[in-house]
Amino acid sequence: MTQNNSLDPNKKLDIEKILEGLENYHPSRKGWTWRTIPPEGVDMGPFHYYDMSLPLKNSIGLPASKYFDYIDPQPSCVVTTEIASGRFEDDLRRMRMAAWHGADHIMVIRTTGQSHIDGLLEGTPEGTGGVPITRKQIRASRKACDLIEEEVGRPINFHSYVSGVAGPEVAVLFAEEGINGAHQDPQYNVLYRNVNMYRSFVDAAEAKRVMNDAGIFQIDGAHNANATAKAGWLVMPELMVQHGINCAFSVAVGMGKELIGLSTVPPNAPPAPKLWFDLPYAVALRDFFSDYKMRAQQNTRYIEADVEEAIRTHTIDTLISMLTSADIQSTITPDEGRNVPWHYNNIRGVQTVKQTWAALDGIKQLLTLNHQGPLGEMVRDLKERAVAFLEEVIETGGYFSAVEKGFFVDSAKYPERNGDGIARNGTGGVAANSIIERDSEYLAPVCSHFGNNQPSIGGQKLCYPIDGCTLCKSEKIVYIDELDPHDSCDKRLEETLPYRKGNLIKPETEWAGDGMILTQFFVPLPEEMAGVYGIEMAKKLGLVDPEVINIMIMHPAEGCFVEVKGKVAFDIDLTTLKIPEKEVILPEDELREAVKKVGLRVVAGTVGEDEHSVGLREILDIKHGGIEKYGVKYHYLGTSVPIGKLVDAAIETGAHAILISTIISHNDVHRGQMKKLAEICQEKGIRDKIILIAGGTQVNREMAKETGLDATFGRGTKGIHVVNAMVKVLVSRGQL
Amino acid sequence: MSSDRIARFEERQSKLKHLSDEELKDRFWSLCEELVQPIVELSKTHTSPSIERSVLLRMGIDSITAHGVVDRVYEAGLLGKGAGHVVLKLSQKTGMGIRESAAAILENKEIILDLF
Repeated sequence: MTQNNSLDPNKKLDIEKILEGLENYHPSRKGWTWRTIPPEGVDMGPFHYYDMSLPLKNSIGLPASKYFDYIDPQPSCVVTTEIASGRFEDDLRRMRMAAWHGADHIMVIRTTGQSHIDGLLEGTPEGTGGVPITRKQIRASRKACDLIEEEVGRPINFHSYVSGVAGPEVAVLFAEEGINGAHQDPQYNVLYRNVNMYRSFVDAAEAKRVMNDAGIFQIDGAHNANATAKAGWLVMPELMVQHGINCAFSVAVGMGKELIGLSTVPPNAPPAPKLWFDLPYAVALRDFFSDYKMRAQQNTRYIEADVEEAIRTHTIDTLISMLTSADIQSTITPDEGRNVPWHYNNIRGVQTVKQTWAALDGIKQLLTLNHQGPLGEMVRDLKERAVAFLEEVIETGGYFSAVEKGFFVDSAKYPERNGDGIARNGTGGVAANSIIERDSEYLAPVCSHFGNNQPSIGGQKLCYPIDGCTLCKSEKIVYIDELDPHDSCDKRLEETLPYRKGNLIKPETEWAGDGMILTQFFVPLPEEMAGVYGIEMAKKLGLVDPEVINIMIMHPAEGCFVEVKGKVAFDIDLTTLKIPEKEVILPEDELREAVKKVGLRVVAGTVGEDEHSVGLREILDIKHGGIEKYGVKYHYLGTSVPIGKLVDAAIETGAHAILISTIISHNDVHRGQMKKLAEICQEKGIRDKIILIAGGTQVNREMAKETGLDATFGRGTKGIHVVNAMVKVLVSRGQL
Repeated sequence: MSSDRIARFEERQSKLKHLSDEELKDRFWSLCEELVQPIVELSKTHTSPSIERSVLLRMGIDSITAHGVVDRVYEAGLLGKGAGHVVLKLSQKTGMGIRESAAAILENKEIILDLF
């Protein structure tokens, strides 16, 4: 990427510019990238970390990072976020936000039903529950990722799915377009998409070969059994078998083990005693699959509408990864149980991993798993059950027979059976009877092809007869822009233009200008009434299409916590917003020097019938970084001081300024006190010689003018702000 | 039937108990390899419309044309020769380029009938 195309952190991603010239775009690199992990650990701020990767060039740390020099330690594992709102052009901005918070594996879910589409989709139609995966969508997304990875300073792995009845074509598309990772598991098609079993495996062999040659990292689909079986935590022996089948098949068709990852989920969730199920399973899996990579996913099976509950479960999931291992830690947006994920919940998911990983950094140096006790026994038992499962499958006549007999996704713990497994017929399913035996003359004159083929001529590449295939000569790739201009990103971008590049502002959760917001409140009503109230309240607030997305009972009679979403019906024009001018703070050295030069002295006190003194003490005392730290001498008169007494004290001591603090604000008492201060100084004839400053929780910067003071401060004010204000007044009066 | 299965499992497990952890792991992988072996064989000897379309894509043919060509080749009973093979043969026979040959098959499906 040339310097001119680099992103400016202060500017929005220009979607139209990304879409320009796509017909000539080719990915700058191909294949999967791991994070760089210095073996000696990483030093950041005052800390040494044992299990971190190199930090980012640009990123946003956890909120508490402000107490630690804004460090943003990055876990050693690749961190995944799944982004697919149905409009890829809006997802690009979300990818950028996620990358700034530490995601480097961006997974795009396909639109509903794409796995049953017999062929590739083209153009940029709008999707449902995901994005239609097309060449244009991939190119634009990969191009955006190129820019974003340069901005954050770490490669981004872009990922989607090679499954369904167009697997080999999708694999070729991904190889051509530089997709870095993909789900590929023929069992997923068979069990969950009812694709014919023979077709699914024959296609998979070709797809895996293509993926391998393009360095595309593969993730399997076994975790779906956790999400589908009625008791997800009991299917563990079967999960090991599913992982084993996909790994063994992948290796047998030529895939390198370093490109094969297991998609594994800690299967249980609280209130279950999660660790007793998830830990032995995680250990057993990592023992048997020590040659393969672990993509640790977070639990979705037991996610409900409560975002905080999901985050707590995902924290424990991450703990299990850290106690065992994870090459990739996937995140689940914590709102998945109640809506299509919103922008900011992708960030929350990534933060859960980042926060847990930092907190528990180096845990394995402090704790070891006790294999001698029940853990070792449980691990061994799972392994024996998995092996016995395989023995029974072979005795039954092989994999296809076992699927026909409903061996898989049965919700009982093997060898128990609930009889609810997913059985498929070899002659049935989508695309049944569609595989054809290869003739002895069979020929495919292209690279990365699996299975019987004519031998190459004279040691040349297989694509020699056609003078190079697209995998060798990318200029041969045919780019199709749009098939239906009415259902395209251009059309949608035109509609959202005022919200992206114009002056109109609306909040958003998924798409530019969607206007969606969330209200959260407690209402003293029982559950059956709380939701009805929530809708009525939202309507009166003017929200369009309000919907209750969560109710949590606090007490059957006392009331509920309610969350209602709805759309804001109006736009706000940016030009009508009065943005307060940002206060420029002088450098500390300059402030100290100015204070010293005039020998700055102040009197201070809490005014009115007000005993709150904490806030003012923090502004004054050196211990809290107050004005004393900058050399200001103060005379503190205490709490509930009459205004007149403060003014007299200022005159007697020759103070340059009076600082008052006023917390109580009912009946506008605080405003009254502030005005009175100005009036008394006026009466005594010292107003233009003295600096008047007020502060308090209900005070803000705009109040200075109306009350006749020099400066007024609200929450979050530090001593330096007050010193800065006093020095500025002195400068403007020519006293400095 | 069900109680037979449980009894059979207990028999299996009692045998597996004698294996070391390493032996148990080796057994797991040798069973997996045994299980996939016939599927790998099936995959080597068979093709599918999607595989053939993916071959045409790699030959520089667009997705829409590739779809039509594979349908024609399938209808003509020639998919077992390879759709790419059919297009290549037509190209070699007529002197047309690969893309032109693919387009010609969409124009006239009879054109491929006497290639082999």
